Amino acid sequence: MTPPAGSLLSAEQLRKAYGPTAALDGAEFSIHPGEVVAVMGPSGSGKSTLLHCLAGIVTPDSGTITYNGHELSAMSDSQRSALRRSDFGFVFQFGQLVPELTCVENVALPLRLNGGSRKEAERAALTWMERLEVDDLRKKRPSEVSGGQGQRVAVARSLVTNPRVLFADEPTGALDSLNGERVMELLTDAARSTNAAVVLVTHEARVAAYSDREVVVRDGKSRDMERAV
Amino acid sequence: MSIGHTLLGLLESGPRHGYDLKRAFDEKFGHDRPLHYGQVYSTMSRLLKNGLVVVDGVETGGGPERKRYAITDDGITDVQRWLATPEKPEPYLQSTLYTKVVLALLTHRDAADVLDTQRSEHLRSMRILTDRKRKGDLADQLICDHALFHLEADLRWLELTAARLDKLREAVAR
Repeated sequence: MTPPAGSLLSAEQLRKAYGPTAALDGAEFSIHPGEVVAVMGPSGSGKSTLLHCLAGIVTPDSGTITYNGHELSAMSDSQRSALRRSDFGFVFQFGQLVPELTCVENVALPLRLNGGSRKEAERAALTWMERLEVDDLRKKRPSEVSGGQGQRVAVARSLVTNPRVLFADEPTGALDSLNGERVMELLTDAARSTNAAVVLVTHEARVAAYSDREVVVRDGKSRDMERAV
Repeated sequence: MSIGHTLLGLLESGPRHGYDLKRAFDEKFGHDRPLHYGQVYSTMSRLLKNGLVVVDGVETGGGPERKRYAITDDGITDVQRWLATPEKPEPYLQSTLYTKVVLALLTHRDAADVLDTQRSEHLRSMRILTDRKRKGDLADQLICDHALFHLEADLRWLELTAARLDKLREAVAR
């Protein structure tokens, strides 16, 4: 099967089992540049496994994942790691900032890991921290900032490499409504301004309402609600 | 709730008399508000006129004539179309949505499909409100929030119902 025309990242017939349990059972997915797609479904439906497969973190048992014309399964582990560092960004629910580093060092970290100089990396980090309205926290450590602030720092870090795909797994799961809303506004505005695609895993309708369309995962199968109509 | 579609859906499992239809309706959907006989007969005569049911037989006895109704192919198509079309998201939808889900199960259609389609329609409304909220002032934000919370409550009901479909299928089959 060929990926849908114009898609940046797509998956066909993904299967993945953990022991006797099929986490994915023929799931499909595709996303265009600049698009925000919510992946919804009940707990244990396979939505996080789908995200991990799409990001090349987990290898599916069968099926194909195509990113920018290249098949992920045909790449070596190190090629996939390099791709994750250069082209993908990640935001999770919590526990993602390095506690020993200041906020600006945390945001600059992906650029430093890619070989950038400290000065350059921190300059780019500050630009993103300004956009996420957390530049005043640059010298603080993660333990000194609130949950909402820490999550904005994490979003800044996920965008500092100008990723083409941003993977967000329940990014507001640990936040109250107001903070969650602000994080979603800033995250989607920032992603749209750079034409990044956002794969947004959430079980919250209010969060999914920031997406352009939703894909529903149930029992390891996916349903693209826009294309289904 | 559409009584016509509900009665049509009940006829899918086989022809019934008006009285049986009323009893089946009351048992499944009319806990708070049972149907009047007048509603059943006026609805059936409308369905008959529109070709969605036919009279399958008439029993004459001591009392009044008893017509037995059967659904037509057009009637089945009509039920299918109703189940596949999401409801406009608005308050107090639960009885219509509940009816649709139960009818889908009774007629061996995909009830998860009914819920998915409705979720999608609700999310469409939520996207419009979210966008309006982002661009609006505080008053807009508060008004949109109120509507968003109501839609979210419906959606939570949809999710919970989706999670309970297997149990509901068993209950409906009894």
